[in-house]
Amino acid sequence: MSRIAGVFAGLKAQGRAALIPFVEAYDPNRETSLALLRGMAENGADIIEIGVPFTDPMADGPTIQAAGRRALEAGASLAGVLGLVREFRASNAHTPLVLMGYLNPILSYGVARFCADAATAGVDGLIVVDLPTEEADLLLPDAAKNELDVIRLIAPTTSDARLPLVLAGSSGFVYYVSITGITGTRTASAADLARDIPRIRAVTNLPIAVGFGVRTPEQAAVVAQHADAAIVASALIEKLCKSDVASVLADVAALAAGVHGAVRTSV
Amino acid sequence: MNEIIPNSLRNGPDGRGRFGEFGGRFVAETLMPLILELEAAYEAAKADPSFQTELDYYLKHYVGRPSALWFAERLTKELGGAKIYFKRDELNHTGAHKINNCLGQILLARRMGKTRIIAETGAGQHGVATATVCALFGLPCTVYMGAVDVERQKPNVFRMKLLGAEVIPVSSGAGTLKDAMNDAMRDWVANVRDTFYIIGTAAGPHPYPAMVRDFQCVIGNEAKAQLQEAEGRLPDVAIAAIGGGSNAIGLFHPFLDDAGVRLIGVEAAGHGLDSGEHAASLSRGRPGVLHGNRTYLLQNEDGQIQEAHSISAGLDYPGIGPEHSWLHDIGRVEYVAVTDKEALAAFQLCTRTEGIIPALEPSHALAHVAKIAGGMDKDEIVLMNLCGRGDKDIFAVAQHLGVEL
Repeated sequence: MSRIAGVFAGLKAQGRAALIPFVEAYDPNRETSLALLRGMAENGADIIEIGVPFTDPMADGPTIQAAGRRALEAGASLAGVLGLVREFRASNAHTPLVLMGYLNPILSYGVARFCADAATAGVDGLIVVDLPTEEADLLLPDAAKNELDVIRLIAPTTSDARLPLVLAGSSGFVYYVSITGITGTRTASAADLARDIPRIRAVTNLPIAVGFGVRTPEQAAVVAQHADAAIVASALIEKLCKSDVASVLADVAALAAGVHGAVRTSV
Repeated sequence: MNEIIPNSLRNGPDGRGRFGEFGGRFVAETLMPLILELEAAYEAAKADPSFQTELDYYLKHYVGRPSALWFAERLTKELGGAKIYFKRDELNHTGAHKINNCLGQILLARRMGKTRIIAETGAGQHGVATATVCALFGLPCTVYMGAVDVERQKPNVFRMKLLGAEVIPVSSGAGTLKDAMNDAMRDWVANVRDTFYIIGTAAGPHPYPAMVRDFQCVIGNEAKAQLQEAEGRLPDVAIAAIGGGSNAIGLFHPFLDDAGVRLIGVEAAGHGLDSGEHAASLSRGRPGVLHGNRTYLLQNEDGQIQEAHSISAGLDYPGIGPEHSWLHDIGRVEYVAVTDKEALAAFQLCTRTEGIIPALEPSHALAHVAKIAGGMDKDEIVLMNLCGRGDKDIFAVAQHLGVEL
């Protein structure tokens, strides 16, 4: 069983949902990112999503755009992110890591070499924002060969008819982009989730994570009532900008309490 | 709709929106259903004769097509070689080729029931053309424009505002066309249900490269017929400037299967191809994925996109339409590059010899014409797309010439 599947199986046995916090690698420098990864794992993160900086993050709002700029200025590269993962893995063998980014740095690195190096470094899954199912054959064979989960995005615009197509070849979990919009802007309501999540459950047995616009422990708890994981990104990046690593980790602990304490209705 | 002829170079893209390995649909899932809906709507429109009839009506009576084909006699004498013809798309309403495409797309948006239009713009020509058709049809219009471009193209910003458009300066990145396109796509993702995104160049996710090309092919189709009438034959060379490449693909495409016609695309070499400050994606870039399509891009060794530079805001883009990338790789079109300085000299040459103030974009094409025409025979013919007029550029040109206005 993959690390990601193992985490969800364990949580399901306890009747809990997962918290997936986000770290933009190298924002504002490598040491901070390493401290965040280690600290999040100790403060209730079940899985951690690592943002791979890109110059043109088209699906991201101002917060992650700015984080990406700071990271690139600090010398971030795809190879550097894999090095960060290797260093984290040296002291943590259990927390799954998912890289989220855009296709071009992967193409530039070389898809086959990237998948091999990512797996060796200890990456568990990949989310490539601008690689829709129609183009996914570019990545799927090499990812499968290296046992990397390819996590698919589902959006409110994805029709019921299209869902099976989008989910073909996906593994790990499903990432539900809960709003039509960019990261860190609007927030889906409980009613939205109660309407949308069953639509996805009807076509997949994979765990469903909800992201885009989840900011507070209360919102994360609402997500956990309906879905299997809450992803929090922009709110944590904003906290890091205003404060320090310790404050971010305190927020992660509060988010984890919200998610883990949620009464789950639909699973 | 293009007739499918075996072995034709005009059959692309394939069912996946690809020209060879280029093109495709590299967008987030939120946009994917919209892209597919757009493709279906465009295919239906192409198959509906009333769509083309409606487009032709506006092209004739609103844009003023066909645009003239002009024998540039004094320029020809000055250069001392091939006969030079200008396809005068700078005479179109709004002063550039951009409106050909905007009209096609807004008619499609209306067919699809969309009620809000967004666009990106570099030099402002596409923004002005989009704002114009939005005024014509009474649709609200938001134009994303790099903050740097807002500064260097003030007259066009004012034009767009007069036409009722909202102009949003984009300060992410270098604040130029690439960044404007990022923000336009972010707007589209957030307003998927009512909004139509009018992309200004033959790039972006499928079906945009093919659709924009089809709307711009009126340039090459007209020129081919007009030159037939004037000279009774095809040109020896057809030449156009390239940023994203819409005016060039519109000129080239009708000639792709005419093997005797040499096709030349002119990229912006900025301060020089080896200066690191240019916009020559084909000469100095390598294939990658940006803005929904796989194509040649200016990028560093990590796959991060690099900023382009050109004196011409309309050429200041680190990518190029995917069909050009394919035509480059198969060798059907030659791609060359011209520096800021050479373009400025050509701008003045054209103004002085022909009484036509060209935009800085076609001044790049003209600079290359000036390099090759003298070495050609006097009975040979060069057809150049004069894709925009230079009124918008006189302030920038004055500044480069050290003249205070």
